[in-house]
Amino acid sequence: MDFFRRDPPKTSAAMAKERLQLILTHEHQGNMGSEPDYLPALRQELLEVISKHAGIDLNEVSVSLERKPDKEVLEVNVVLPRHDAH
Amino acid sequence: MAKIIVVTSGKGGVGKTTTSASIAAGLALQGHATVVIDFDVGLRNLDLIMGCERRVVYDMVNVIQGDARLHQALIQDKRCDKLHILPTSQTRDKDALDKQGVGQILDELQQSFDYIICDSPAGIERGALMALYYADEAVIVTNPEVSSVRDSDRILGILHAKSRRAEQGLAPVKEHLLISRYNPARVAEGEMLSIEDIQELLGIPLLGMIPESESVLKASNAGTPVVFDRESRAGQAYADTVRRLLGHDCPLRFLEVEKKSLLKRVFGG
Ligand SMILES: Nc1ncnc2c1ncn2[C@@H]1O[C@H](COP(=O)(O)OP(=O)(O)OP(=O)(O)O)[C@@H](O)[C@H]1O
Ligand SMILES: [Mg+2]
Repeated sequence: MDFFRRDPPKTSAAMAKERLQLILTHEHQGNMGSEPDYLPALRQELLEVISKHAGIDLNEVSVSLERKPDKEVLEVNVVLPRHDAH
Repeated sequence: MAKIIVVTSGKGGVGKTTTSASIAAGLALQGHATVVIDFDVGLRNLDLIMGCERRVVYDMVNVIQGDARLHQALIQDKRCDKLHILPTSQTRDKDALDKQGVGQILDELQQSFDYIICDSPAGIERGALMALYYADEAVIVTNPEVSSVRDSDRILGILHAKSRRAEQGLAPVKEHLLISRYNPARVAEGEMLSIEDIQELLGIPLLGMIPESESVLKASNAGTPVVFDRESRAGQAYADTVRRLLGHDCPLRFLEVEKKSLLKRVFGG
């Protein structure tokens, strides 16, 4: 039976595991299910404060909470327009 | 102080009530005063699995609303006097439980019990939140199947964010993985996620593995938690799980592929 298959196809369990690895990683980044209620408001207000003080329109502020075994890390990512772009 | 342990999963039908009944009975058989609470408001089931459905007079909601005293609602198990059941209500009112009411009941139970087992409803809504809110430890029941693993991961996220321990910045809820309805033969064939796969995906310590077993259905037909069935693999696996919960070292059993004996094949096992 296995004579012709040098490289056996993935088992269905392996497929399940691979799919779960992808989706769980993705959901942890977005922090679905455990995103604290204040994150959307925080995101919005940070956006306003930064654009007010920097006097520019911001394209994007991403605020995310990353779960580590012993702590949670709040990551704020601000995308600024290029300075030298007149 | 009693230890409060929630049995939860996110996904429905994975074996939470089966597990709550057997863990509670197992702890009581080991001599610990234990109460198991049904948090599945509207869908009362634990009483059937425990075989005390005809003895329910008052329920948890009656106690919260002041219509009954806690001791009037508690049912003492007929097989083991260390074991009590607190049934839930069949009301369709989703708001019948609130944090304050549940907190008061748990406070009162803390005084007379060593272990309080909370059988969570499925989902991630209010009922599940009420069941896990006060927990010191959580048993995450997971089937070797994609949607169950994903839902377990979500309920872990909720434990991290919404439990009392998380809200008050206390030591986190101690998490245990319990893999249920496991079929070693299908794992060997590459058809089912293995214990190692699930543990790697969820990243929490393994408390036990309960094999898929016909004895679980028989036990529920009879209203006897399967842990009382010392002949069955599922019953023994639950007894082992309880020993580990109590901190004893106890190797995993029933990992090998079960060969049905001729006798069993002829007469049904
Ligand atoms: N190890 C097992 N082997 C075989 N069948 C099992 C096993 N564990 C549970 N079952 C069966 O699975 C079904 C669901 O079990 P149970 O009611 O304990 O799940 P649950 O998670 O409490 O469900 P719900 O989410 O509806 O509350 C029942 O029919 C039960 O007999
Ligand atoms: Mg149930």
